[in-house]
Amino acid sequence: MGITKMILRFGLILPACLVALQVSAAPDIQHWTSKHGAHVYYVHAPGLPIVDLQITFDAGSARDGKQSGLSSMTSHMLGMGAGNLDATQIAQRFEGVGAEFGHDADRDRGWVKLRSLSQKKWLDPAIETLALVLEKPTFAKADFKREQKRYLISLKREKQNPGKIASRAFYKAAYGDHPYAQMPNGTEQSIKALTADDLKRFHKRYYVANNATVAIVGDLDRKAAAKLVDTLIKNLPAGKRPAPLPKVPELTEAKTIRISHPSSQTHVYMGHPGTYRGDPDYFVTYLGNHALGGSGLVSRLSDEVREKRGLSYSVYSYFGPLARKGLFQVGMQTKNDQADLGIKVLRQTIRDYLDKGMTEKELVASRKNITGGFPLRIDSNKKILGYLSMIGFYRLPLTYLDEFNGKIEAITLEQIHETLRRRIHPERMVTVIVGGDK
Amino acid sequence: MHRLNRALLMCAGLLSAQLVGASISEYRLDNGLKLVVQEDHRAPVVVSQVWYKVGSSYETNGITGVSHVLEHMMFKGTSKFAPGEFSRIIAAHGGRENAFTGRDYTAYFQRLEKSRLKVSFEMEADRMRGLQLSDKEFQKEVKVVMEERRLRTEDKPESFTYEQFNAVASMTSPYRTPVIGWMDDLQNMDIRDLDTWYKRWYAPNNATVVVAGDVRADEVYELAKKYFGPLKPSPGLLPPKPQTEPAQKGLRRLQVKMPAQLPYLLIGYAVPSLKVAEQEWEAYALEVLAGVLDGGTSARLATRLVREQGLLSSSGAGYSLATRLAGMFLLEGVPAQGHSIREVEDALLKEIKSLQTESVSQQELDRIKAQVVASNVYERDSIFYQAMQVGTYETIGLGWKRLDEYVEKIQAVTPEQVQMVAKKYLIDDRLTIAELVPQPMDKKASRKTAGGSHGHH
Repeated sequence: MGITKMILRFGLILPACLVALQVSAAPDIQHWTSKHGAHVYYVHAPGLPIVDLQITFDAGSARDGKQSGLSSMTSHMLGMGAGNLDATQIAQRFEGVGAEFGHDADRDRGWVKLRSLSQKKWLDPAIETLALVLEKPTFAKADFKREQKRYLISLKREKQNPGKIASRAFYKAAYGDHPYAQMPNGTEQSIKALTADDLKRFHKRYYVANNATVAIVGDLDRKAAAKLVDTLIKNLPAGKRPAPLPKVPELTEAKTIRISHPSSQTHVYMGHPGTYRGDPDYFVTYLGNHALGGSGLVSRLSDEVREKRGLSYSVYSYFGPLARKGLFQVGMQTKNDQADLGIKVLRQTIRDYLDKGMTEKELVASRKNITGGFPLRIDSNKKILGYLSMIGFYRLPLTYLDEFNGKIEAITLEQIHETLRRRIHPERMVTVIVGGDK
Repeated sequence: MHRLNRALLMCAGLLSAQLVGASISEYRLDNGLKLVVQEDHRAPVVVSQVWYKVGSSYETNGITGVSHVLEHMMFKGTSKFAPGEFSRIIAAHGGRENAFTGRDYTAYFQRLEKSRLKVSFEMEADRMRGLQLSDKEFQKEVKVVMEERRLRTEDKPESFTYEQFNAVASMTSPYRTPVIGWMDDLQNMDIRDLDTWYKRWYAPNNATVVVAGDVRADEVYELAKKYFGPLKPSPGLLPPKPQTEPAQKGLRRLQVKMPAQLPYLLIGYAVPSLKVAEQEWEAYALEVLAGVLDGGTSARLATRLVREQGLLSSSGAGYSLATRLAGMFLLEGVPAQGHSIREVEDALLKEIKSLQTESVSQQELDRIKAQVVASNVYERDSIFYQAMQVGTYETIGLGWKRLDEYVEKIQAVTPEQVQMVAKKYLIDDRLTIAELVPQPMDKKASRKTAGGSHGHH
């Protein structure tokens, strides 16, 4: 989260539908624990002269406590000053060798990312800069004050975006007192209350070797990868991984939240806490949701809402697993006077799906789509890096990708029916409706 | 970094070609269809894209958005396949598919495991000439497109401002109209508009098929002959009228008033694209200029205006040389807390001024050149992206071979050339300035009802 640069829309292209892009033989993942305590996941990919790496810390907004926005701002400030270098000098060091440096945080994780050419003369300076940025961020007061103001502007901008307003309300209602209720970028009040010292403390506590998961994909051998990890991690304090997050409580009743907004469309979010990484039901819910709303235009929700009635451009459902239960979410937007109809169709479609279950035909089609499309999940270094980071951070089995298709193929209709009825609860969903005031 | 990558959207060049041995082959079928194959054997996958030379810049008033609506309708069935079946078949083969419409092109794509390319070819060939336009399907789909317009433009103050900006910045260039079309044109669109449009532009002699991935070019060629070969070309296919923009005679300004939280400034200079530049180096110099201003965190706008002077909360600059017609060099900004939109304007124009009066530093040029070399390699990690570049260059009439020159031509740009294009093009007589003036959001208190599940209010 945090402040993303605005994007000029001059290259506007319009896809026929909004589909989340999803990810052959699975890559050979090597895993070790570095001598300083970091968990390392590595795939050798000599096809292109590139190295991609990501270092992930258990340092997401779930660790913010009462200081909402703390993790996000800490991550955001990495690169704004380190050692004797200021933000411009750091950026010059990366950009001068063509490296791409990224950093961000979500609910579970704070991370830094680097993409560099693999030749030593490009890679070494980029790694050196990254190590400095991780080890010795300055969190200078003047920089902090400026970025704090930018966060406030960015929060203000969200208030003109009905989707963002809905999302914020949705998390709050779905998670109550659980740390996942808070948005990573905080609130006006919480951001104003932060200080540079808070960020320093957060960094010191969480950006530590024993809390680091390193993923590396690229054109370097294992020995070089191990050396690179040592360079990055060796000067971090050992520290420790924080205790697991509390479990997410179940919702006990349905809640409907309406927020009026001067938009021509009403945005609708529905759902509740769903599945977590490593959840024994993960694959069944993933497959089960595919035909409901997980598969772009080929799904029941799309059929009912978009194809049959022309109500919405984008309609979907998904499980977004986190360390603890992430959201099961259904969403759409439609012009204000159709909102009631849209909500009715969403509810009816979910009910029907749970009552009567997935059909045999849907099962076959979904299975074929997921297993047949497996090679597409891992067809680039970037995608493989994403999987490594996920598998590593959530401590999933190294065989996750090898077993992916087998797990999908073994699932039966009965299992899906039973599991979805157990894991989707229309009678206690949160519904957030934003719009209607134009 | 994002901005420069965007500026570099259209490059796949020498260095990477040498490094990874990419090979591109080009074929033309007897019916005029062009096939470009880029072999990349890193993963057992293939991307197939069919590009048509038609987009919103081919449209005229009254039918704006017709290219994009037709793109939606292309999923609604032929004599062989029922509405939606195209998507279902691709899905059953594990594929991902979609389509996109831009100013200069309409394109359809599938990503598949490599052995399934023929599934894509068979169905794309079928819908190239055999679309069945049903009024019933159209009536629903045009509503979907109106929702898309609401989502993308009507309810987004900055997007809405950009749309209005274009309509003022150009008077006759078809780049003045939105790709998605004016709402009024969507409301008055007729199935016959689509039928005419389809018959006019959807033909093998107006199409380029781009395939990238773990395939053999000669085999793809055989497959293309088999499926696309029998299609009849369109005999009287005429290019669109030029609709050349008359010379601007002075600065243009507009305001957009709508409910919003933040003011926003968008300014643009009318500039040539690579296709229409008097001298091609000018287009490359404009790319470098965009990199100087916004090619990363160390570029001028972020460094000077956001971090050092603290005047802007966010900033951007961008230019794309890969367009069919003359385009825009854009700058945008949101004031930082306590600063005005006027200060944003002054600050951005001051940056332009300094590009005209002082030459850019060697360090800045070196940084941009390093980024160009690196990006050019990074882009090869995505075969989809590579196919996009080939398709774009082909469709706007540059030809994919020009992609190979990109790195070299950027490397050749001198500080003097950057200054020359700044002086020649970034001048008031080419300038349009749009300001978003926020109006009250008229917020009502949110209501919360426990247990309720019905949508009355």
